[in-house]
Amino acid sequence: MSKYIPNTDEQKREMLSEIGAAGIDDLFCDISGKIRLKSPLNLPKPLSDIELSKHMQTLSDKNADTDHYTCFLGAGAYDHYIPSIIDLLISRQEFYTAYTPYQPEISQGTLQAIFEYQSMICLLTGMDVSNASLYDGASAVAEAVLLACRATGRTRVLAAKTLHPESREVLRTYTKFSGITVDEYGFLDGAADLSDLESRLNPDTAAVVVQNPNFFGIIEDLKEISELAHKNKSLLIVSCDPISLALLKPPGELGADIVVGEGQSLGNPLSFGGPYLGFFAATKQLMRRIPGRIAGETVDLSGRRGFVLTLQTREQHIRREKATSNICTNHALNALAATIYLTAMGKNGLREVAELCAQKAHYAYSRLIETGKFSPVFTSPFFKEFAVKYRGDVRKLASRLLEQKILAGYIMENDYPEMDNVLLVAVTEKRAKHEIDTLVERAVCA
Amino acid sequence: MKNETLTIFEKSRPGRKAYSLPECDVPKKPLSELIPEHLLRDAPPGLPEVSEVDAVRHFTELSKRNYGVDSGFYPLGSCTMKYNPKINEEIARMKGFTQIHPYEPEESVQGCLEVLYKTGEMLAEITGMEKFSFQPAAGAHGELCGLMIMKAWHESRNDTARKKIIVPDSAHGTNPASAAVAGFDVVEVKSDENGWIDLKSLRETMTEEVAGLMLTNPNTLGLFDGNILEIADIVHEKGGLLYYDGANMNAIMGITRPGDMGFDIVHLNLHKTFSTPHGGGGPGSGPVGVVKNLVPFLPKPVVEYSGKSYYLDYNRPLSIGRVKSFYGNFTVVLKAYAYMLSMGPEGLRRASETAVLNANYILKKLKDDYLLPYDRACMHEVVFSALKQKEYGVSALDIAKRLLDFGYHPPTVYFPLIVKEALMIEPTETESKETLDRFISAMKQIAKEAETNAEYLKSAPHSTVVSRLDEARAARNPILNEMSRSKD
Repeated sequence: MSKYIPNTDEQKREMLSEIGAAGIDDLFCDISGKIRLKSPLNLPKPLSDIELSKHMQTLSDKNADTDHYTCFLGAGAYDHYIPSIIDLLISRQEFYTAYTPYQPEISQGTLQAIFEYQSMICLLTGMDVSNASLYDGASAVAEAVLLACRATGRTRVLAAKTLHPESREVLRTYTKFSGITVDEYGFLDGAADLSDLESRLNPDTAAVVVQNPNFFGIIEDLKEISELAHKNKSLLIVSCDPISLALLKPPGELGADIVVGEGQSLGNPLSFGGPYLGFFAATKQLMRRIPGRIAGETVDLSGRRGFVLTLQTREQHIRREKATSNICTNHALNALAATIYLTAMGKNGLREVAELCAQKAHYAYSRLIETGKFSPVFTSPFFKEFAVKYRGDVRKLASRLLEQKILAGYIMENDYPEMDNVLLVAVTEKRAKHEIDTLVERAVCA
Repeated sequence: MKNETLTIFEKSRPGRKAYSLPECDVPKKPLSELIPEHLLRDAPPGLPEVSEVDAVRHFTELSKRNYGVDSGFYPLGSCTMKYNPKINEEIARMKGFTQIHPYEPEESVQGCLEVLYKTGEMLAEITGMEKFSFQPAAGAHGELCGLMIMKAWHESRNDTARKKIIVPDSAHGTNPASAAVAGFDVVEVKSDENGWIDLKSLRETMTEEVAGLMLTNPNTLGLFDGNILEIADIVHEKGGLLYYDGANMNAIMGITRPGDMGFDIVHLNLHKTFSTPHGGGGPGSGPVGVVKNLVPFLPKPVVEYSGKSYYLDYNRPLSIGRVKSFYGNFTVVLKAYAYMLSMGPEGLRRASETAVLNANYILKKLKDDYLLPYDRACMHEVVFSALKQKEYGVSALDIAKRLLDFGYHPPTVYFPLIVKEALMIEPTETESKETLDRFISAMKQIAKEAETNAEYLKSAPHSTVVSRLDEARAARNPILNEMSRSKD
């Protein structure tokens, strides 16, 4: 008897007799004997709570967590400070056990939180309209491209080679099944190669996709990219790190038509890659083409302010195959965590976080270069992550540092074969000076 | 009358803070030396400024304006709003799971990889599939991924004429929408008088231009399509594949398996059948499983076991590629894994049996009060129609809103589309007979009120923090954030 199934055997008998069934099997009469399982499922026997906790703790202990390992790994997922209030608040059952807010009268909490989230994303990105979030940064890029192709009637996109490799992979998967061609433009000193971009633009280019800061950590000059894209009547899609937006000019001010990004940095733990959230914001002109849920303000019968899901004629449950996307849910709880994070950090805190990241990353960069064991790869400005080339075998270096409980960084050769022995190092506000110094010392000794 | 809740922006006061950060302990340089001035924003974004207690009270206040499974009965059809075990939440917060970077070397994430591998094995056993991928983040994402696999498989055999997908008229809206995103044309097939797929219509529609059929079984009417083996034959004979929308898997665990019914591709909703919480609309998890000959097409990487250790296999030339970053919604998968371990094979079967028993009990008790369009034993959910009440001017929506006054989350309404004024009730196995009896008596009272006091129903709810909201106004004059309001 499971503690999650309250009906007693006696109650089951009463209910069966009320229904007029001789046994539970009668209820499954439409399932032919040919496809009925003859024996129980071959699964492990049930564990009690105590056994389950021990088993899971054993598995958990097999992993190297960032409390015990100093993390300089980034490449799209970052070890940022998470205020304690976030997990406590999102653990309120009214938030985490609720469904999508289909019944607004009893979902005002979720709906207002989404409205506040949308407001914060618009403030960060400088865009007019945000949705309630998507699955992650990579699928948000893909959704943005699908939107751009629908809006322009064009079928090609130009994506930067400096867009996150996994975003490019997801983009390739989504587009190859819908007749869209993805072309890539190169980089020069780590930033978008504008002449390559310009030469690849053609009348069928629906959008130019750029990441900022890009995968190498480098800050792009969005203004020039925007001008090139718009001269060609293509849309500009910018994928960005939300923390950087506390310091950098908002893409909306620089001409972006759609701004997306991975929202993990906003109060969501690393969690071995998910769940995170993808944010998605666009100009007013594109409002009715945006994928996913959107909350809006309205009034009730007595004129009180309230919030509802709105512009639903875009969505699959109404438009079916003519919907703007097949997406049904958002990542509400992750978006709530982001909302609470942005509330906790506020106007000044987010800027402080961004400045600390920039200062510490630049300190780490200088220290590593000073050792003579690392050399610069690019000279363009970066934010919280940078590439350096190791004079030796970077894979061996990374595994020696792992033994010393340091997660050294991302090995670039995995995705950019020409970048042998290049390490991508991320430094967040969580890294103390002594941790950076230790990284430098150990890297030199290694 | 309860007051409106101010937004966090309206509560903001310059100078307040709710964060605590260390002083900069590295030699500080002027910002413009690090980042060129023209790339920097003029002023910080206008986020709210509140103290910690303000933030905590604000979101606590918002939470009180919500309703979750722990608040009470949540018979939202098709969504399987079962109870979410608390130990799973505790497990999903272990630091060895939450504080793990996705790009750590394989040797330092053996525990995470083992969870993914073992969960895949268990789901394969439950569904009769060969292997699962956990990349899809939700049911609709799983559908999209599954359809891409279907397309890639046909293309790998140079069978490129298959541009269509068949979807029943009773299907979830995501089915046709996912098919469209995957680049297919959608063909609808009708349901017969039993609510099953009309075989004649299927035979006519199933041609060599059709890539496959998407089916939910039990279907959205809560009925198990007893012709499933014939359906599978019709589709397979013409070279198509069968896609299983696992939204209704909660009816059949340990009883029958999609693989044994003839399905080739399955997605599951871990946030439905496997008890992971819905989070107010995500994160979910929509893993996709396939039969043996489709395994090479799964998204990459997949988790494999060498006999000594777990590893990520990227060397998969036929793979459709990635549909999401990293390896899926890991901590959601983790909760499903813990759930299966605590239930065991017998427990999962009991869960399905009880879910079906509970739905049939409601069916029996309410069939005299509400029209039952398909009068036969149902599976885990029962679909009524409010057409009887419509005679008094009361709609399914009015009934749903009135249920809020009784403290219940209403059933799904107006779906499936083939039932007029549909009321789709899914009680799940985690509700007791007492809860069902109270709900049944509320439904009976509402049926009476429809006859005697229709106006009261039409203006329901009467006890919630807001009354019915003007959705038309929201769509006509969109106020989608704080800034667009203050401009008006």
